[in-house]
Amino acid sequence: MRISCPHCGERDLREYTYLGSAKLLDRPDGDAGAEAFYDYVYIRENPSGENAELWQHSSGCSAWLHVVRNVSTHEILSVKLASEAKA
Amino acid sequence: MSRLPTGGQVDRAAQVSFKFDGKTYAAYSGDTVASALLANDVRLMGRSFKYHRPRGVFTAGSEEPNALLEIGRGAAQLPNTRATMQEIYNGLEARSQNRWPNLNFDMMSFTDFLAPFLSAGFYYKTFMWPRKFWLKIYEPVIRRAAGLGRISGKADTAKYDKAWLHCDLLVIGSGPAGLMAALSAGKAGAKVVLAEEDFLAGGRLNGENLTISGQRGADWAAETVKKLRAMENVIVMTRTAITGAYDGGTYGALQRVSDHVAQAGAAPQQIFWRIVAKQAILAAGAHERPIAFPNNDRPGIMLASAVRTYLHRFGVAAGARVTVFSNNDEGIQTARDLLAAGVEVAALIDTRKDITPEIDCPVLTGSKVIGTKGYLGLKSVSVQRQDGSVTQISTDCLAVAGGWNPSVHLSSHMGRKPVWRDDILAFVPDKNAVPNMHYAGATTGEFSTRAALNSGLEAARAALLALGLSSKRVTLPKVEEAAFDNLAPMQIEGKSRAWLDFQNDVTVKDIKLAHRENFRSVEHMKRYTTLGMATDQGKTSNMGALAVMAELTGQSIPETGTTMFRPPFSPVQMGALAGRNTGKHFLPERRLTSDKFSREMGADWMEAGLWLRPGWFKREGETRWRQSCDREVRMVRNAVGICDVTSLGKIDVQGPDAVAFLNLLYVNKMSTLKIGKVRYGAMLREDGLVMDDGTVARLGETHYLITTTTGAAGQVMAHMEFCSQCLWSELDVHFVSVTEQWAQFAVAGPKSRELLNGLLDTPIDNDVMPYMSCGDAGLGGVAARLFRISFSGEHAYEIAVPAGYGAALMAVLVKAAEAMDGGAYGLEALSVLRIEKGFLTHAEIDGRMTADDLGLGRMVAAKDCIGREMSERVGLVQERQQLVGLKPIGTVKQIVQGAVMVDVGAAPVADNLLGHVSSTCFSPTLEHCLALGFVKNGRARMGDQVRAVDLTQGIDTLCEITSPVFFDPDGGRLRG
Amino acid sequence: MFYSAFEILKQGLTGNKGWKPVWRNPELKTEYDVIIIGGGGHGLATAHYLAKTYGITNVAVLERGYLGGGNIGRNTTIVRCDYGQPGNSEFYSHSMKLWEGLSQDLNYNVMHSQRGMLQLCHSDEQVGSYRKRANMINARGDEAQIIDRETIRKRAPYIDLDNARFPVRGGLWQKRGGTARHDAVAWGYARSADSRGVDLIQNCAVTGFDIVNGQVTGVQTTRGAIKAKKIGMAVAGRSSEVGAMAGLRLPIESHVLQAFVTEGIKPFIDYTISFGMGHFYINQSDKGGLVFGGDLDMYNSYAQRGNLPRVEQVAEASMAMIPAIGKVRQLRSWGGIMDMSMDGSPFIDKTHIDGLFFNGGWCYGGFKAAPASGAAFAHLIATGQHAEYASKFRLDRYKTGHMIDEAGTGASPKLH
Repeated sequence: MRISCPHCGERDLREYTYLGSAKLLDRPDGDAGAEAFYDYVYIRENPSGENAELWQHSSGCSAWLHVVRNVSTHEILSVKLASEAKA
Repeated sequence: MSRLPTGGQVDRAAQVSFKFDGKTYAAYSGDTVASALLANDVRLMGRSFKYHRPRGVFTAGSEEPNALLEIGRGAAQLPNTRATMQEIYNGLEARSQNRWPNLNFDMMSFTDFLAPFLSAGFYYKTFMWPRKFWLKIYEPVIRRAAGLGRISGKADTAKYDKAWLHCDLLVIGSGPAGLMAALSAGKAGAKVVLAEEDFLAGGRLNGENLTISGQRGADWAAETVKKLRAMENVIVMTRTAITGAYDGGTYGALQRVSDHVAQAGAAPQQIFWRIVAKQAILAAGAHERPIAFPNNDRPGIMLASAVRTYLHRFGVAAGARVTVFSNNDEGIQTARDLLAAGVEVAALIDTRKDITPEIDCPVLTGSKVIGTKGYLGLKSVSVQRQDGSVTQISTDCLAVAGGWNPSVHLSSHMGRKPVWRDDILAFVPDKNAVPNMHYAGATTGEFSTRAALNSGLEAARAALLALGLSSKRVTLPKVEEAAFDNLAPMQIEGKSRAWLDFQNDVTVKDIKLAHRENFRSVEHMKRYTTLGMATDQGKTSNMGALAVMAELTGQSIPETGTTMFRPPFSPVQMGALAGRNTGKHFLPERRLTSDKFSREMGADWMEAGLWLRPGWFKREGETRWRQSCDREVRMVRNAVGICDVTSLGKIDVQGPDAVAFLNLLYVNKMSTLKIGKVRYGAMLREDGLVMDDGTVARLGETHYLITTTTGAAGQVMAHMEFCSQCLWSELDVHFVSVTEQWAQFAVAGPKSRELLNGLLDTPIDNDVMPYMSCGDAGLGGVAARLFRISFSGEHAYEIAVPAGYGAALMAVLVKAAEAMDGGAYGLEALSVLRIEKGFLTHAEIDGRMTADDLGLGRMVAAKDCIGREMSERVGLVQERQQLVGLKPIGTVKQIVQGAVMVDVGAAPVADNLLGHVSSTCFSPTLEHCLALGFVKNGRARMGDQVRAVDLTQGIDTLCEITSPVFFDPDGGRLRG
Repeated sequence: MFYSAFEILKQGLTGNKGWKPVWRNPELKTEYDVIIIGGGGHGLATAHYLAKTYGITNVAVLERGYLGGGNIGRNTTIVRCDYGQPGNSEFYSHSMKLWEGLSQDLNYNVMHSQRGMLQLCHSDEQVGSYRKRANMINARGDEAQIIDRETIRKRAPYIDLDNARFPVRGGLWQKRGGTARHDAVAWGYARSADSRGVDLIQNCAVTGFDIVNGQVTGVQTTRGAIKAKKIGMAVAGRSSEVGAMAGLRLPIESHVLQAFVTEGIKPFIDYTISFGMGHFYINQSDKGGLVFGGDLDMYNSYAQRGNLPRVEQVAEASMAMIPAIGKVRQLRSWGGIMDMSMDGSPFIDKTHIDGLFFNGGWCYGGFKAAPASGAAFAHLIATGQHAEYASKFRLDRYKTGHMIDEAGTGASPKLH
C-alpha cells in the first residue's frame, strides 16, 4: 500500500502507523456520559467496503491523516490531514 | 541423450567441471545443472516426496517438480534447488536428496509398494490407537520420512541485500512479448525495468527454432536486449523473478546476484527488491501441460517444450531415441526439431486422428500412450493405436506436449481469480486483477510468436497512454504466423497410477478418491490430496487435476473452479527477505552519550527497549553483580551516585494553550503548577487505565517539559500528536521530542547538592531549589537545566545539558562523586532504590492498572481528561488488586518476581489467586528482600500475612503486606 | 464408517473403492431447531457438540463457501493453553483437555501433536512477566516451566543465543503445547456432525435475519428462507457484517494476519517456538515445511492477503532467532481475516435478540480455541446458560469494565 501524505508525498505503507476508524476524531464531550464514551472507545462499524481511518505518518512528518480506503481491495480513495478532516 | 556436436547458446570454449552425488562431470558455461546432467547421460536426478519414485528432470524452468538438489556444503548448503534453474559453475557440488542410502537404491521406496494403503488422506483414518503412540511412534516416523532436502543447521553467513527501485513500467518476462513491450516503452522515454527470471533473456525464443525478421529468434532476442541495455531509461534485470504483486504498484523481486558463481565475493548473494511501478506488463508466458497417463513419471519423460529447450538452447539431446506424445502441433514441431538435429525419433504419437504431418518418422495418429517401462529410466512405452492394438516402442525419452497453461499467477496475487477462455480451453488473467497491470503474450492465451510480439506492442501502448507518454513508432518484426490449437487437458485411463502432482505423488486415483469421499470443491480436493502444495505450487499439476475432477462431477472446468495463486511466484530464500536486518542488526541500538565512558568504567549492559543502559559498574574485587549493585545502592543512600537517565522520554511543550493541553492529558490538574516547579503526573489511556507516569516541569509562562518512562516514550509522543491533531487541533500548542537533544543525569544522595555546588556557576540551596523545583543553571558557561526530582528517595537532582556535553559531564560528575565516596550507578541499583521507595515502573504500570490500583487515586482531579470517564466503570473500581509492599517474614527470605499471591491457608490454585509480585529486590538498606506486588483489596489488608508462591521453582514465601514505601516513608530525605 | 488401520487395509486391497463420502450433500430443509451460521472450525465444532452432547441433531450449518475455508484452514496450527488472565485461562485449559482426546472423539486423526512450545525471553523483566504467566498456568493445573539459556541451547541448538541483538535470557516452556493438522479438525468435526444427522450446507450465504418482536425466527439466505428459533453466529472475520444484518453493533474490527510456509526440509525444528522481541512464531509441519507467522498487518482488511512490510519483518525475526533459516525458501503466504476484539479476547454470549447467539472476536487465537468454543457455544445454545469455563466472554464486558486483556495494551483491535 502507498499513501500520499499531504506534506511528504507518496510513501510506502511501512512509514505509516494505523490507528483505526476515523470515528476516533469525534471524542464525546467530557460530560457526555459512560454510554457515549463506551461507543466511542469500543464500538466499530467495521464495513467491508469504504472505511474512513486514521493513520499517522510516524516515520515521516508525524502528521495524523484521515484516509478513506476500500478495505476489501486496499484501494486508497482520499487522504487529508486529520486536523482538516475534522473541521 | 548427449551433447550434440553443434548448436545451443552454451559457451563451448568455457568447459567447467562439477560434481553430482560425488561423481565429477564436465559441462559448459551457460549450462544449467539439468542440461549438464542430461548432456552427461544422467537421467535420474531425484526421488519423489511420498513414494520415493525415481525421477528425472521434467521441465526446463522454475516450475520443475522433480529435479531438486542440494547445492553446496556446510553453511552454504542450499536444499531443494531446481536443477533447471541452477547455473553451472566450475566446482559446483550438487547432491540428490530425500533418499537413503543413495539415489539408485532408496530404501524408502518400499512405500511405493504400499501405495494402495497410502492413498490420499490415509493418515486421517488411522494412527489413533493407542493415543500415546501418535506422539512417540507414528509421528516421528512420518516426520523422518517427510521433508525434501536438508539444511545444515549452521548460521547462514551469506550476504543479502534489500533495495527499492522505482519505475514507470515494469515488464515481467523477456520473451517476445516482454521484449517488444520494453523496446516500445523504452523508445518512448519511459523508465522501464525488464525483469527476467532466467539468466538468459528471450524466453521461449531461446528454446525454439524460429525466425524473426530473418534472424534466429534467439539472436533477435539477444540483439533486442543489447538495444535495451543501451538505453539509459531501461534497466534489464536477468536472474530476477518477480515474486509477488502487492498494493500500490509494489512488486517483490528476487535477484540471484551470485548464485551462479562459486564465491559471491563483494557482491551480495541475492537482492530482494521492492519495485514500485506506475504501470506493469505481465508477459510471463505459459507453462506446458503434462498429460496424465499410466506411469507417466519415469526419468526420461519430460515436457516437449523442455526437450526443445535442451536441444536448441543447450545443444543437448534429451534422449538417444526420443518418442513424442502430443495432442497438438507442438508434438510435430518437437519431432521435426529433433530430426533436424540428427536425433532419432522413435515415433510421433498424436491423439488426433485427422492430421497428416509431413515428417520423416513413424507417426501414430489417433493413438495414446497407455503405459511405460523402466524403473530408473524410461525403456519403453506402450501405445494404443487407433484400431485398438497395442504397440511397444523402445525409447529412452518421451516428450509430452499437452498444450499450454498461461502463466496467470501474478495476476491473482491481489485476490482476483483468473477467467476461463473457452476458445483456448485455458485460464487467462482477469484484466482488472491487478491495478495498472497489462497483459501480453502467452499469458493472455496468445500462443503464436507473432501474436506475442504484437500484444507486447499493444500492452506497451496502453501503459504509455496511462503514463501520459506518446508511443514512438515501432515496427513489428516479421515472423511466420503459426496458428495454435490448445486442447483440453488430458488424462488417459489405465490400471496403473497416472501422476498429476509429480513431487507430492498425487495421482488420478487420489482425485477419484477425493471425489468419492466428497472432497469435491477444488479447495477440499487440494487440501485433502496435497495436490498443488509442492514446491512448484501446482504449476504442473493444478490444471490436470481440475480436468479430472470436472469429468468426475460432470461439470465444466470453470464450474469446477480454480485455485488462488499466492505469493511468492517462485520460492524465495528467507535470507533474502530478511536482508541485513539480522543478528546484531535486527533492530537499531540506541546508545547514551556516556556510552563510551561507561564502557571504560566496566559497565555491564542491559537492554531497555532499543536503549543500552549500564546495569552496574563492576569494581575491583566484585565477582557477582549483586556486590556491585549493593555497593551502588549504599553509595546513593550514604553519599552520592550518578546515573545517566537520558533514555527517559523528554518532550518540550510550548504555546499559549500548553497548560490546557496538559490538563487534558494528565489526570492531575496542571493549571496550578507554578513556573519553576515540577509535578509528578500520570496519563491514562482513553479506556481509563494508566498509560504512563512522569514529571511535568514548568520552565516558563507557556513552556513545559514533560518526561516519560523509557519504554513508553514513543507511545506517549504518538498519543500527544493524536490528541493535538485529531482531538483538540484548536489548541495552540506545539511540542517536540527532545530526548536525544538533552543528556540528563541523576545526581542522587545526601551529598548531591554539595557535589553540584562544586560544579555549578551559581551555587544552590534549599530555598533557591527546593524539592520539586526546576530552573536554569550554568556549568562552566554551558547552559544546563536543573530539576530537583528524585527516583531514589534521596535528596537528588537531575541535570540536563545539550547532548554534545553529555559524555564530558558524565565524566566530571562521576569523578566528583568518587571523590565524595560515591560514583556511578546502573539500572540494577536504580531499580533497588525505587523499589525501596515504592516508585513505579512498567513492571507495575502493566496496562491493566487504574490510577487507584497504583495508589495514585488522590492525584485524579475533577476535570475532563483522557480516560477519565471510562476509568469509572464498575469493573475498574470494585474488587481491584491494589499495589502493596511485601516483606518476607517466614523462613523463606526470597520473594520471586512473577510469584502469585494466596492467603496463608489457601492452595495456590487459580480461584484462590489474590494477585502477583511485580518487582523484587534485595534491599541492602533494609538488609532483606522486599517486593512490590498487587493484592486484591490490598490497601485494606496492611499487616496481613499472605504467601507469594512461585510454582515454577517451588518457592513459597510467607509475607506481610506493608505500605509500598519501605524506606523513609515521610520523605524527609527527599526534602532535606 | 469407522476409520481404522483395518479399514485402510481392507479398502486398499479392494482398490479403495469402498470409501464413503465424509459428509453428505443434504437437501436444505425449510426449518431446523438450530441454525449455525458459519461452517468453519467453531461452527462445525458447535454442531458436533450440539448433536453429541445435547442430542440436538435437527441442525443446519450454513456456509457461504466451502467447509473449513476460513481461518481454520489458514492458520499456523498452534495449540497451546498458556493464558494468564482469568476468563481465558480456564477456557483454554478446557480446550486443551478436549484436544487431547479429539482424534478418538471424532474417529478422525487431527494429528494433535504435543511436541512442546517454547517462548523466548530476552530480558530479566520479560522472564519476570513470563514467570507470572507460568505461575498462573500452573495454578490452573496446566504445566508450564521457566527454562534457562543452557536448557534452551540443549533443546534447540539452532537458536541464536550468543550473537543476537537481544540475547535470550530464558524461556517459557509448555510441554503440552504443540500443533494439529488444521484442515483435519474442520473435516473431523464436519464428518462427526454429519454422521449424527446435522445438515452441512455449503455455498449458502446468509443475507438477512427474520426477527419478530425481538425474537429471531429464521434467516434469509441465497438459497431461500430457513426457519429456526435458535441461531448461532460463528463467522469470525465477518462478524461485523453478519451481525449488522441483525442490528448488532460490535466492538470488533477485521484485520488481516499473514502466515507462511517454506519448502519441505528434513526435520529441523521440533517445537513451536516464539520470539520475544517482535511477534514471530514457527513450527515444522509433519510434511517438512516450516510454518510461521508474525503480527497483524495492522490495518483493517477484508482481503485475505497482506503486504510486504510484514513479510519482510517476519523474515527478519526468523533470521534473528534462527540464523540457519536463511537457506530455506518461503514457498507460500496467505492471509486470514481476524475478528479483532478490543481486549484481544473473544465473545461467546447471547445477544439482545432472543434466540440469537454470538460467537466471535477470536482475534488470532481461534484455532486452538475451536473445541472449547464449540462445546461452550453448544452449551449456551442448548441450555441458555454459559458454560462455567466460558462465562467471562460477555459482549457487555467493556461496558462494565471487565476486560480480559492479556497484552495490557488496552482498547485496541490489534491485540492478542
